[in-house]
Amino acid sequence: MSRQSNRATDSKKMNSELFTLTYGALVTQLCKDYENDEEVNKQLDKMGYNIGVRLIEDFLARSSIGRCQDFRETADVIAKVAFKMYLGITPSVTNWSPAGDEFSLILENNPLVDFVELPDNHSTLIYSNLLCGILRGALEMVQMAVDVRFAQDTLRGDNVTEIRMRFIKRIEENHPAGDKCGVLLNSHIFCTMKKIFNLVSRLVKH
Amino acid sequence: MVIFSVYVVNKAGGLIYQYDNYVPRAEAEKTFSYPLDLVLKHHDEKVVVSFGQRDGIKVGHAVLSINGVDVMGKNTADGKDILEYLKDSSNYPVSIRFGRARLSSNEKLMLASMFHSLFAIGSQLSPEVGSSGIEMLETDVFKLHCFQTFTGIKFIVMADPRQSGIDALLRKIYEVYSDYALKNPFYSLEMPIRCELFDQNLKSALEVAEKAGNFGAGS
Repeated sequence: MSRQSNRATDSKKMNSELFTLTYGALVTQLCKDYENDEEVNKQLDKMGYNIGVRLIEDFLARSSIGRCQDFRETADVIAKVAFKMYLGITPSVTNWSPAGDEFSLILENNPLVDFVELPDNHSTLIYSNLLCGILRGALEMVQMAVDVRFAQDTLRGDNVTEIRMRFIKRIEENHPAGDKCGVLLNSHIFCTMKKIFNLVSRLVKH
Repeated sequence: MVIFSVYVVNKAGGLIYQYDNYVPRAEAEKTFSYPLDLVLKHHDEKVVVSFGQRDGIKVGHAVLSINGVDVMGKNTADGKDILEYLKDSSNYPVSIRFGRARLSSNEKLMLASMFHSLFAIGSQLSPEVGSSGIEMLETDVFKLHCFQTFTGIKFIVMADPRQSGIDALLRKIYEVYSDYALKNPFYSLEMPIRCELFDQNLKSALEVAEKAGNFGAGS
């Protein structure tokens, strides 16, 4: 992972407790507004999705990771590079399904839930559901449809936090051309070829 | 050693940002007496010189202003058709400014989406499997560099052919985009970028690249 430019924000370290408090305030306000755990989970997922679609560009711009060729590579990049870059933790990748399309990320500690305890009346609340949305949104922008859910959660009594990720399919529409698995555009070739020289002559300065 | 312009094209091929750093303007203003010895014609909603190149006025230059007042397409500022106006000898002597017409924003949009299609064709034309799209388009006066991210956004930079370090500049523009455009919560994805901070940081990135390019290629 390389970052050539020295950005001013590199040296600006934020207090992680402020981050935890901010996230906590967000979740509690959502609980007050919606009063229904399922609804809050959905909203957290939606918010995470919006973050994910933007975060992926930041991730790609800062790390010089190439396109992942298969789901295993994707899993490694998510665990070793992405989580390290954004949350400072390195989850482990385990429990691969036989078909190789499902795996688990085991998080030893989750910075979002420092100091948090779930009360009894919110037993179905998935507190860190934002992470699921982020992963789903980010992967969708690189043409991978995935299903992300929490299999285990330390807040609900389990030992570790486990995120289960399942590959659904490759998204073919709007696939960027020129990628290793691009979509054919035969119909454009002939009518556009003759416009090539027009384009160049119009772009020419003087 | 200049970087002429920057274009950002979204996944669907629409232009979402365009910045002209340097537009070389070849302009000439001259006073003419009746009859006009240049042959003018209508072309694309503008009046251009079709024959009669002289004194810095070249074929293809458009009429930019008459007597100091900017023209509006085919008509003068007061709505008279330019060719009719110039046929009338009572309007002479007249001072006309000719120059290369600047691309309108509609034209830029069209060119950007055309480039988007060409980019895709570039990879289809490849004899080898798994080729990228068009990365560089070179002419004798400029080089067009294109960088496509894995998410389908294209960053296009048009620069002097001797300018070096454009690859690093494209990556830097990607970083500036991911910072000042994407992290702005009021910016919607795939929409035209109207963020002040993005503009400012892009300009400073271009300045840095121009200076660095100067060291690289000598003078």
